Amino acid sequence: MSAPNKSFDPVPVAALQPDAIAAAVEQALAEIAAAGSLDDLKAVRITHAGEKSSLALANREIGALPPQAKAEAGQLVGRARADVKKALEARQAALEDERDAKALSEERVDVSLPWERDPLGARHPLSTISDHIVDVFVAMGYEVAEGPEIETEWHNFDALNLAPDHPARTMQDTFFVEAPDAGLVLRTHTSPVQIRSMLDREVPIYVVCPGRVFRTDELDATHTPVFHQIEGLAVDVGITMADLKGTLDHFAIAMFGPDAKTRLRPSYFPFTEPSAELDLWFPQAKGGPRWIEWGGCGMVNPRVLAACGIDPDRYSGFAFGMGLERTLMFRHGITDMRDMVEGDVRFTAAFGSEL
Amino acid sequence: MRVPVSWLRELVEIPATDDVDAIGVRLVSAGLEIEDIEVVGDIQGRLIVGRIVSFDDEEQSNGKSIRWCQVDVGEANGGVRGIVCGASNFVAGDLVIAALPGAVLPGGFAIAARKTYGHVSDGMVCSGKELGLGDDHSGIMIVQANAVVGSNAQDIIGQADQVFDLAVTPDRGYCFSMRGVARELSIAYTSTFTDPASASLPAVAAGDRAGIDDGADRIVISELTGFNPAAVSPDWLQLRLRLLGMRPISLAVDVTNYVMLLTGQPLHAFDSTKVSGALRVRRAHQGETLTTLDDVERNLDTGDVVIADDSGAVALAGTMGGASTQVDGTTTGILLEAAHFDSVAIARQSRRHKLSSEASKRFERGTDPQLPAAAAAVAIALLVEHGGATLVSVSEVDQRVATPAIAFDLQRPTRTAGIDIADSFVIDALTSVGCVVNGSQAVVAVTPPSWRPDVTDPADLDEEVIRLYGYDNVPSRLPRLPSGRGLTAAQRIRRTIAQTLANSGHIEVLAYPFVGTSELDDLLMAADDERRQLVQLVNPISDEQSYMRTTMLPGLLQILKRNLGRGNDDNILFEIGATYRWPVGHHLARGADVVRPAVTSRPSSDDQVALQASLPIQQRHLAIVMSGQRERSGWWGKGRIATWEDAIQSARMVAQAAKVDLDVSVNHQAPWHPGRCAQLSLTDGTVVGFAGELHPRVCETLGIPARTCAVELDLDALVSSHVAITRAPAVSGFPVAKEDIALVVDNSVSSAILENTLRDAAGPLLESIRLFDVYRGPQIGADKQSLAFALRFRASDRTLSDAEVVQARQAAVEAAASVHGAVLRS
Repeated sequence: MSAPNKSFDPVPVAALQPDAIAAAVEQALAEIAAAGSLDDLKAVRITHAGEKSSLALANREIGALPPQAKAEAGQLVGRARADVKKALEARQAALEDERDAKALSEERVDVSLPWERDPLGARHPLSTISDHIVDVFVAMGYEVAEGPEIETEWHNFDALNLAPDHPARTMQDTFFVEAPDAGLVLRTHTSPVQIRSMLDREVPIYVVCPGRVFRTDELDATHTPVFHQIEGLAVDVGITMADLKGTLDHFAIAMFGPDAKTRLRPSYFPFTEPSAELDLWFPQAKGGPRWIEWGGCGMVNPRVLAACGIDPDRYSGFAFGMGLERTLMFRHGITDMRDMVEGDVRFTAAFGSEL
Repeated sequence: MRVPVSWLRELVEIPATDDVDAIGVRLVSAGLEIEDIEVVGDIQGRLIVGRIVSFDDEEQSNGKSIRWCQVDVGEANGGVRGIVCGASNFVAGDLVIAALPGAVLPGGFAIAARKTYGHVSDGMVCSGKELGLGDDHSGIMIVQANAVVGSNAQDIIGQADQVFDLAVTPDRGYCFSMRGVARELSIAYTSTFTDPASASLPAVAAGDRAGIDDGADRIVISELTGFNPAAVSPDWLQLRLRLLGMRPISLAVDVTNYVMLLTGQPLHAFDSTKVSGALRVRRAHQGETLTTLDDVERNLDTGDVVIADDSGAVALAGTMGGASTQVDGTTTGILLEAAHFDSVAIARQSRRHKLSSEASKRFERGTDPQLPAAAAAVAIALLVEHGGATLVSVSEVDQRVATPAIAFDLQRPTRTAGIDIADSFVIDALTSVGCVVNGSQAVVAVTPPSWRPDVTDPADLDEEVIRLYGYDNVPSRLPRLPSGRGLTAAQRIRRTIAQTLANSGHIEVLAYPFVGTSELDDLLMAADDERRQLVQLVNPISDEQSYMRTTMLPGLLQILKRNLGRGNDDNILFEIGATYRWPVGHHLARGADVVRPAVTSRPSSDDQVALQASLPIQQRHLAIVMSGQRERSGWWGKGRIATWEDAIQSARMVAQAAKVDLDVSVNHQAPWHPGRCAQLSLTDGTVVGFAGELHPRVCETLGIPARTCAVELDLDALVSSHVAITRAPAVSGFPVAKEDIALVVDNSVSSAILENTLRDAAGPLLESIRLFDVYRGPQIGADKQSLAFALRFRASDRTLSDAEVVQARQAAVEAAASVHGAVLRS
């Protein structure tokens, strides 16, 4: 017998027997597989991988072995503990997935539920189409001119070559401001803004004027005493009817797509000479494309240029105008003028902020 | 102007193969707008001249009265038939047109014997409109006495025809005649035109029964005797009048109307026995009166042009004849007047007397000064032929001056149209419309035709040339524009504001800008309120709303009510639009004091200023009304009713969108609730509006839900003070120090003012301050409130020390204590 050796235990340890280790591993794996919840697995972990587990105890015994047995036992125990750890991790991941899946499933909602707590508002479609048209012209280099709605007869009529006794003056059923001889009216068209533009701006002038105008018509399905027009005016050197035609064609295409075009028919307005009615080829018309009366236009009457101090021998211009209500009606299939007047929120809300 | 195709074909050569649509295309190209094309005389079955033998008036239970008539339609057509008729413009013995069962009237209207009003009506007695003859539906059509009972009435109503209804623009007065339309059509077709006014007057003795003092430059008076007062107009003439929308009356009147429709020259027939002396054209005398044919006694103005005999005015020239000299069933002597009156004078008197006639409509647009004699000749021939009259004398005064020629550069149409138009085309075009072109240089002298008084300027000639060249042949080209500057800041900001509101639940409406004073009363507006400086309309649509709005609220509230009435319960409405008011104590220039600069050159800057000064103040406002839920109820929980704070919040959003700092202070104005109204002002103190809850009495009066809220802002003032360029904030990365403080103050202390005090006292280290709680209750005593603020401190260059934060916080609390008596809530 050799002398006692303090540094290792000469007694073979049962815990380090391969069979015992294999049994411990087997039992651990079985219990890991059987763990039904993360809590169960936590208990299994303490039992089989904790400080008091049989494998941990076995590991502690290795230090007492003789040097060459140490390596062998170390390998054996190390492998066993790794196996158990791996199984624990795998089971942990599986149980976590299970738990998450369950939670996500329980938290599922009906995403198709309506949410109308804060309904969106809307612009009036007349405002939207006005902005739309303005944008088309601003993109071409035009600017937006404005003028008052209560206007002097001089701006609304006289300067536009509508002398006080002109027969055309009675064609426009005018609202007069009290007193009748005060020379003030509710503007019957946006054309006085042409006069203001020519008086206030330097040539070359390229402006559009959207705005509210007035005629003494009773409200019905096709008339309203208060309505909107948009007017365009170009005054420059060498402006021709071809420029007018091209501008209107471009405008029509911007509003109604590449198939749109315009047609001019001889007509009469005191403030333009030559004058024309403007027809639009409306590709989206219900029942197939057709011509629609859209507005009026012409070359600015040299008398109007002169009234604004612009030399008609040096400059020429064109002007055009159309009703926004009418444009909106045929573009959007509105059949009753009153829908645009009454302010029913159901009508306006349907348009939102785009047309 | 109604224009039958059959009549057109008599006056102008039209290819036989061209149908009504093809002719229409030519008319449109000539600048005549077709309002309607009517088919007339297209009748199948028996249409018979009948005589009303007798009738009984029968009152119906529905209040309507019918006539049960016995109508003799001749033996061959079954003798006397019983026919129910709704009209009452006839007497027993009148000749009428009866459509017998089996007949089909224009528009596919089939006639059958049918039971109605307790009788079997064995046919129909027709009105002119039912027969497709004009719009006369005021009663049945009465046929002249010389028609034969039982004869085919197709001879009276004419053969199948089409009638254009043309819209004639004010420059084309001559197209209120067959002559004018036919001439335009012949130019469009480049075909032969037969002028119906080419005859000259028969050679008879010159009379002395015409004179001109003022108001005309030509008058022709033809005296006829031996006229048969019982003579009736021939069927063809009556038919043409009916086709053109006029009712036959008597031969003398029918002939004048017919010649007017044919040539465009209005005529008037006087009974010569009722006229003493010559017929002179002159201005009315002061205090002169005239009873016109419509039995209205008119006080004449010294601007009126009249025709007068030795006794005084006997006709309102070119407008309407006088009752005292009219032709009637005993007239045997006629003075036929044809004149060229001053168009402006006729336009004025027609307006002055609110009397628009077929004659005035033509004279005010300008008639052809060459016509009076030619038109008189046509009329005389008809009166002689059908009325047995004899022409005894013609008196004429002719003071016409030659139409000035227009100097015209032949290259003008090319420059105007933007495409090369040859000089030869220009000359041909001008000649074809009736101009006389003199000269062979680049600039020629063009004399417009007598029937085109509208052609006075080179630009008018451009139009004639280019429309004949064809508007469709003008190319399409884009001008090269100088670079634009885009929308102005104000235009951009107004859009942003509208879009911001639309994106946050507000719906835009556009109310009529008309109001009545009772609507302002309903808003509790005081008598001296500046919003009562109303602009009134002379001719409003409704007398209840005869003023222009000074506030947007009446219109918006009206629309709110309409929506509520239609079951739209939740409404957040806004409008951007003009308001109008006179400045206090304004002086309104009237009549001769009104500035009316000449339009031959630019008005002086003084005149421009004066024109501008004559206008009322017109400000763009923005208004909002809200009623019902601001946040809707639903499966997510209860909704939230819109309240005063929502209104103020909407106003704040507008200010934020406009980049304007808005001060919200306690003050109020009608129609708001005195305790729930915020005054909104700019930082310089300018008040720009109010927001909050409406006065309970206003809601009650208007019948709108209690606690309806509203905002009204002077948008122009708001937008004009926007920040042009926003300065970027310095965003510090150093840590924030948060401090909450709760202060107990009197209820009367405004949170906004307290917040300002705190902000000022806390100094530059304060990054933000936010009110997060308001408490009123027993724990702090009556008339007190606790306002809790969250303060965030941060420096841009360092982490703040505790001491710095405590010091800043303390400064804020102390300022609140000394300024507002605030006590820190423990």
